[in-house]
Amino acid sequence: MMELWKLRRRPLSALLRLCVTLAAGITMFVFLILVGYILVKGIPNLEYSLFEWEYNSQNVSLVPALINTVSVTMLSLLIASPLGIFAAIYMNEYARKDNRLIAVVRIAAETLAGIPSIVYGLFGMLLFVVALRWGYSLAAGAFTMAVMILPIIMRTAEEALKSIPDSYREGSFGLGAGRLRTVFAIVLPPAVPGIMAGIILATGRVVGETAALIFTAGTVARVPVSLTSSVRTLSVHMYNLSSEGLHIKQAYATAVVLLALVIAINAISSALAGRIIGGRG
Amino acid sequence: MRTAGGQPRILRYATMNHIKESFMKTVFLAAACASIFCVALICLFLFANGVPAIGRIGFVRFLTGSEWRPGNNLYGIWPMILGSLYVTAGAIVVGVPVGVLTAAFMAKFCPDWLHRLLSPAISLLAGIPSILYGFFGLVVMVPAIRVISGGSGKSVLTASLLLGMMILPTIISVSETAIRAVPESYYQGALALGATHEQAVFFAVLPAARSGILAAVILGIGRSIGETMAVIMVAGNQAVVPSSLFRGVRTLTANIVLEMGYAADLHREALIATGVVLFVFILLTNLSFSLARNSERS
Repeated sequence: MMELWKLRRRPLSALLRLCVTLAAGITMFVFLILVGYILVKGIPNLEYSLFEWEYNSQNVSLVPALINTVSVTMLSLLIASPLGIFAAIYMNEYARKDNRLIAVVRIAAETLAGIPSIVYGLFGMLLFVVALRWGYSLAAGAFTMAVMILPIIMRTAEEALKSIPDSYREGSFGLGAGRLRTVFAIVLPPAVPGIMAGIILATGRVVGETAALIFTAGTVARVPVSLTSSVRTLSVHMYNLSSEGLHIKQAYATAVVLLALVIAINAISSALAGRIIGGRG
Repeated sequence: MRTAGGQPRILRYATMNHIKESFMKTVFLAAACASIFCVALICLFLFANGVPAIGRIGFVRFLTGSEWRPGNNLYGIWPMILGSLYVTAGAIVVGVPVGVLTAAFMAKFCPDWLHRLLSPAISLLAGIPSILYGFFGLVVMVPAIRVISGGSGKSVLTASLLLGMMILPTIISVSETAIRAVPESYYQGALALGATHEQAVFFAVLPAARSGILAAVILGIGRSIGETMAVIMVAGNQAVVPSSLFRGVRTLTANIVLEMGYAADLHREALIATGVVLFVFILLTNLSFSLARNSERS
């Protein structure tokens, strides 16, 4: 009551408060309508035939695309995670703070993080598909994705390592352990949840990626038999369905599956990130 | 362990350890250099494949030519450059006020329980793939705009609205961090001078956070210039300069994806050159982003 009375005396403040509340309302509205619409229209269209093993134009099955998504993700994580984590170890545990190289690496990582996915797609096409003659393939897609997620993994791993108190390292050095042993036995284990949160964030990027994969991994909706098979991930599948406009029901259903995947990934990532904060406090 | 021959064994152990240490240090160093290597590779491949085409078409004719007709050997990307700028400007007009005000709400107005609801929603918005935004735009926004304005509904306006939605989470999270980083004394000082809570936030705290908010805006610009799949689905993609908000538009990113599948020879190289132009745009926004952030630090 007091609040309202005060606000009526001060129209400017009332207006400002109205603005922020309205803005937050709009944001919430965008979220609810986006997620709500996809769920409401999609869930009734989830049919058994969508989950058949083989894709054909009758069942428009998304299973091959789902398997392709998993394989591209796994492969790119396999390439990018060691690189990103090792890079973070160098940046945080080995290099001096005033090291020139570190500054250059930071700039490079920020540049990579800002490059749009279509530019990654062009680059992957020019290097892996054309110059290395891999053709549209699982390998070309995975390598392109690895370059794309490298800065994410590196940055989050570095944050995770930074959050480990220096007393851990001092204790380990004091007991006579070398730097390498300190890193792997003392610093890395408690940083694992933070690093995992970053890796899962990167997973989300790969799962949602479309533009960079069309011209590197291709659009064949079959389960890959080798690294050189052309594959269509779930997001690319979603693009094909919605741009063709022939299978709009299936497109709704595929959207729900993709959304559910993203929600799950997001939840796991923030649960892990929450664990670090909880552990610190 | 340390028997009569212990001394040499310890020494051997020490050298082994030393070798292992320096070997792994080199491995870590090499990994750190990987991102520099990647940036160099990307620049090399894009420029080597794109710049010759710009040379053959003619730098000025390529950038400022208003006709894109690959069939007639006309490669002017001016409509696409303008298209990218239009939808980005539109996205900023839509997304920045809502985003910054939402950030102010979350940092200074919102009760704890609501913050616990809003913040995961925003991080989920950030995680939703662009193809889902595009699909939503296609099935919900395009028909809505069609009803309002007539025509196909795929237009500058539709793309701007959708991009505005897509940059919301970026703008909100970066601005919220910036607002929270402003020292509490600014707020307290304003209150002590007789300002209300709202006045203190808007006229003392927000101005102090301006370089952080600017960084958020630049990040949003980068995201909307680079956005591809969502824009393709709602922008209409006509390669002409749009004459109104309700006309279709084609962005640089859309140009590449739409035609790369079947392009050959000079056409294909012109598309890669489009990518080079886009890349340069992004490098410029990145540069201004780091400038904005550095001025925030000092």
